[in-house]
Amino acid sequence: MLMRLAGGRMMDPAHGIDGQVRDVYVRDGRIIDPPADAAAAQTLDVSGRIVMAGAIDLHTHIGGGKVNLARLLLPEDHRQACDPRTALTRSSCGHATPGTLATGYRYAEMGYTACFEPAMLPINARQTHLELGDTPIVDKGCYALLGNDDFFLRMLAAGQPQSRINDYVAWVLDCTHSIAIKVVNPGGISAFKFNQRSLDVDEEHAYYRVTPRRVLHALTRAVHELGVPHGLHVHGCNLGVPGNVDTTLATIGAAEGLPIHLTHVQFHSYGTEGDRKFSSAAGRIAEAINANPNVSADVGQIMFGQTVTASGDSMAQFRNADVGSPRKSVIMDIECDAGCGVVPFRYRDQSFVNALQWAIGLEIFLSVRDPWRIFLTTDHPNGAPFTTYPHLIRLLADRAFRNEMFEKINPDARAASILGSLTREYSLYEIAIMTRAGPARTLGLADRGHLGAGAAADIVVYRDDPDRERMFRTPEYVFKDGQMILRDGRLVAVTRGSVHAVKPEYDRSIEAEVAEYFERYQTTSADGFRIDRDELCECGSELIVHACREARR
Amino acid sequence: MLASQTGSQQRSAAAIVCTCPFCGLLCDDVGVSASDGGTVSVSARGCELSRAGFARQSAAGQDSARVGGSAATFEQAVEAAAKILREAVQPLIGGLATDVAGMRAAVELADRCGAVVDHAGSTAKFRNLLAFQDRGAITTTLAEVRNRADLLVVVGTDVISRFPRFFERIAAPGGTLFGLKDKDRRSIFLGARPPPDAPGRTDWIACGQPELPDVLGALGALVAGVRLDAQHAGSVPLERLRELSNAMQAARYGVLVWAAADLNFPHAELSVQAIQRTLAALSRTTRFSGVPLGGSEADLTADAVLLWQVGCPFRTSFATGRPEYDPYLFDARRLLARREADALTWISTLSDLPPPEDLEAPLILLAGPNAAAADRADVYFPVATPGLDHAGHLVRTDKVLTMRLVATRPSERASCARVLRAICQELP
Repeated sequence: MLMRLAGGRMMDPAHGIDGQVRDVYVRDGRIIDPPADAAAAQTLDVSGRIVMAGAIDLHTHIGGGKVNLARLLLPEDHRQACDPRTALTRSSCGHATPGTLATGYRYAEMGYTACFEPAMLPINARQTHLELGDTPIVDKGCYALLGNDDFFLRMLAAGQPQSRINDYVAWVLDCTHSIAIKVVNPGGISAFKFNQRSLDVDEEHAYYRVTPRRVLHALTRAVHELGVPHGLHVHGCNLGVPGNVDTTLATIGAAEGLPIHLTHVQFHSYGTEGDRKFSSAAGRIAEAINANPNVSADVGQIMFGQTVTASGDSMAQFRNADVGSPRKSVIMDIECDAGCGVVPFRYRDQSFVNALQWAIGLEIFLSVRDPWRIFLTTDHPNGAPFTTYPHLIRLLADRAFRNEMFEKINPDARAASILGSLTREYSLYEIAIMTRAGPARTLGLADRGHLGAGAAADIVVYRDDPDRERMFRTPEYVFKDGQMILRDGRLVAVTRGSVHAVKPEYDRSIEAEVAEYFERYQTTSADGFRIDRDELCECGSELIVHACREARR
Repeated sequence: MLASQTGSQQRSAAAIVCTCPFCGLLCDDVGVSASDGGTVSVSARGCELSRAGFARQSAAGQDSARVGGSAATFEQAVEAAAKILREAVQPLIGGLATDVAGMRAAVELADRCGAVVDHAGSTAKFRNLLAFQDRGAITTTLAEVRNRADLLVVVGTDVISRFPRFFERIAAPGGTLFGLKDKDRRSIFLGARPPPDAPGRTDWIACGQPELPDVLGALGALVAGVRLDAQHAGSVPLERLRELSNAMQAARYGVLVWAAADLNFPHAELSVQAIQRTLAALSRTTRFSGVPLGGSEADLTADAVLLWQVGCPFRTSFATGRPEYDPYLFDARRLLARREADALTWISTLSDLPPPEDLEAPLILLAGPNAAAADRADVYFPVATPGLDHAGHLVRTDKVLTMRLVATRPSERASCARVLRAICQELP
């Protein structure tokens, strides 16, 4: 079937199209050039509307062990937000950590068509894929978490060659069908198992005698040399600790110019100035991002209200457990692979610290100049649930509204922030970069995030409402792979998304080494670690493999 | 070594290595072989539970569905089951001993017909869950225990009756990652007598089950540095608990092991809470984590699927068109005893868990081919066993590993998922 979206104002930054009126043609789930039989197209008049590609969330904790632990920990969270059963959709609930069904529906309702789970423990990959397989409509992908697993740390401590480390990294990507590599508190999760309570970039791991800098260096190189499109995804040391700006700047240094992505950088942009020894270092961080083209970041904006933090960073989460609300937490060491920590948080606008965290996030958004290298996230659910994105977009796009909100926060935090003096307002074009074209480009999704011929027809049509929150909360139409799934803010079809992955080449002899290691030390076989493609289908998703850049050995 | 693992069409006698589904450890190194008649026997690394499980579930028995005690076609049985569910005001789906695919279908069916869902083993599981939802947990997983644990404190269980290969699985005869030797470990049993394969130097602090709440309370107080004037906790001299507390504080990587199913006394959740309080106090200075043992009869699997799909654990009702979780109201036993449920769908694919006696409500039974309750079921589907008749997934005791099950013999038997999906299709 041929479809034409006629007369819309297109926002397609990948092709430099900024609001020009263009028709979009769709056939067999793909966007095509105007065809010879254009007259035969079924036409949908979208004149006066804004047309964008489907949005892509490149950092959202939507599946896997720690998310399910958060669901289990907080029955109170589920009573707040329920999606009742309808003729089309199933029932599901949860505010901060909704069930997978509600997660898929709610993302689609906001015009999101792809979501990336950024902290999949390789040993937990099977459960993660099962959960993602039960997350309807949106496409998914996973970043495999490395850098605290004993196999890797042993390699590093033994001085194994970089090429061998690369083989291991590629083997993990392959077995777990991941699209990128993430490191969380490099070496620190492992160090916590040896009762170390903090680990800065140049401190040594008590057992392996390696530093986070070396972990970062080896993994950054591996990702780069394998040609994985997305640079190493880094959750640095000292999350949430006042003064961690220096750690973050050292982390950028450790990349030595290779591509690196600083995730939820808001939580890593804290200084120690002022009476309370807690201050904004957003300026220094933004300056460093502006000055280093190899660096990208997502913000991890916090929003006021109840949420829950779920992280692989057991060391930081143990430290934070006493300030959680309600006061309960889960701390776990996991299978010589990594760990996790779940701590509920209630961010309050009258708390000095929380209010300043809120302002720091916005300062970063407004101070990083290149929208292709900064991405819109709340580190769902850690800063806030993803359902707050439309509100966040309005804060970025509407200075008057932002300043109105700024007036309401804790006055000491207000005095400590330059937010009120920042005049920038994000344009729709910049928002389209930050939520579509940018994530697609950094992840290597050649056929997503844009509206050119050959792209998957993941398309969103918005009314051009000056209230950007209302605009982005309720699209007029959403298409997924060419099929209309939402009309006038209501779902009209429920589809099944795919899983995006990359498969760099590697030397298969690494498998024998890993198998022997598993046999000796783990409690399962390396054979069972691999998820084969048929099994991935059983989990509920089809696999789409994207090209890597040319490997650099 | 494992090359034949994925073959579902294995001929007789060729041994394959598979994951055993018959307890929460889900050992993935069990050798089995199928006879021409379809009987599967364990040929390597078996235990009592695996040998009994494979033999029981692969024995010949009922092949066709039954309606009202008489043989019926699959379609007739599906229609009869759908009719019961259509007419029910408050259906209940219980048992829930099935794999991920079976549970996915069960949740969809529950949503469709407004059922309550609860697992056969939920009484034990709630001992952990209520404490978890109140204050959280500090836990660790099997490979960490194997490589790091220098002290195991085992509370209220001998472990091996329910998890026969636990100590074998955490033993590291070839050495651990960090130089710890098996002989350097220490295990202290509080309650049950230590089994012969308990690791390292073994101590036993004997006490009866009913004393455990007092003993765990006192231990927690000692670890937290509270002065106690008592001389005994239950029948245990405080001095012995003081030694235990000192040993725990001196451990570098201690673990406290318990099996909720063995904490068989009223309000055992308060004892689990005392355990978690103790672990939190120890964690201020050293590393000490819990190892709650469970996962048998797929209780953690059923819970995980329900949680991830709809956000709630079991004892959830879909009666109002949205999931509502309530550990008291939606207890299957309570609902049946008070006649608040008027149709029971009972799922038991891994053993022959008996549905509650004295049912007034009609019974739809999905169980193995020799189910004892077949005669009293209004509709009976002899269903397949995951990990025997078909591939599937189950969640291991530590909730981290989801293990891949393979078919270990050729089988035509319908899976639980297939039956439930067929019923679901017949509902409005």
